[in-house]
Amino acid sequence: MIADPRRALVLGAREALGVPAAVLGAGFLGYGSLAADAGYPVYLTLLATFAIWALPGQLVLMEMQAAGAALAATLIAVSLSAARFLPMTLTLMPLMRRGNNARRLWQFLLVAQLVSMTTWAVAIRRFEDADLQDLEARWRYFIGFSAVCIGSAALCAVIGQLLIGALPPLARFGLALLTPLYFFVTLVGEARSKASVTALVCGAGVALALHEVAPGWSLLGAGLIGGSAAFLLQRTHARRG
Amino acid sequence: MPGAADIALAIAACGLATWLWRGLGVLLSGRLDPNSAMFEWVSCVAYALVAGLIARIIVFPSGLLAQTALADRLLACLAALLAYHLARRNMFAGMVCGLAVFIGAAYVRGLIA
Repeated sequence: MIADPRRALVLGAREALGVPAAVLGAGFLGYGSLAADAGYPVYLTLLATFAIWALPGQLVLMEMQAAGAALAATLIAVSLSAARFLPMTLTLMPLMRRGNNARRLWQFLLVAQLVSMTTWAVAIRRFEDADLQDLEARWRYFIGFSAVCIGSAALCAVIGQLLIGALPPLARFGLALLTPLYFFVTLVGEARSKASVTALVCGAGVALALHEVAPGWSLLGAGLIGGSAAFLLQRTHARRG
Repeated sequence: MPGAADIALAIAACGLATWLWRGLGVLLSGRLDPNSAMFEWVSCVAYALVAGLIARIIVFPSGLLAQTALADRLLACLAALLAYHLARRNMFAGMVCGLAVFIGAAYVRGLIA
């Protein structure tokens, strides 16, 4: 139990310092080495990491710039890849905000920038636990956790950029798989409610089915079609049982 | 290759475009009750979206992972999940086992010399 919400900041930071920071770091180590290939100076790698803070979007931006795409096309592609943040923030924020009068709207708008796949997946799971039922404790936990994640990502991106070419193929294959592997175990291994398990299965199924037909729409389709299907399945099941 | 100033501008614009989704989520979340059916639907959509993204990365990867075998990637996921549960929800054990299986399989296939 946390009696004192002030300690939640440290708790969050401590829980990030370990596998989450290491996995994020590994992903950004790879990003840094790609940035070196693309000719980014270090400050642009850092700018992208802090300003976008979403590895898929950062990679899309880099690929499209290397291909010489127009700014408008790049913006649309990055924006589409970030659409997942809407339902993610929409579900995370009420857990810290509803009834929390100590924090203002602009503070939530700032903290929203910290939402990423890792911070969202861990926070939404941890907020179910008994020690994080206090809204202020959740708020501080989220900030502490996210700060360590971003710090580790930025540090590793710089290391990856400066160490370009130094990694053996064995390590590069391992690094490439580590991030998806971590998300897979976090989501599948930690899914507790029937609704979230159903949504995971439906989302994955729809994304894979749509990938062949309409690759550009497979993620949006996975969310809207797969998510709605899971929601309806869960509702009819709950009503019957 | 565009100049550094152009890249910086594009990064800033993409950062803003990404934040808009997050900011919109905050603005709409003020009216969303965590116990409502609407909240349940949005969280189903969020889970499905994230699951879709990960499924696509694992099954249809781009870049370096595209050179590896689908069976090896799936085997690694299974090994990681199994080790995670056997070690009482220890993420470190899961990651180590998953990576070991993956690198081992790639080595056997001759992908990594």
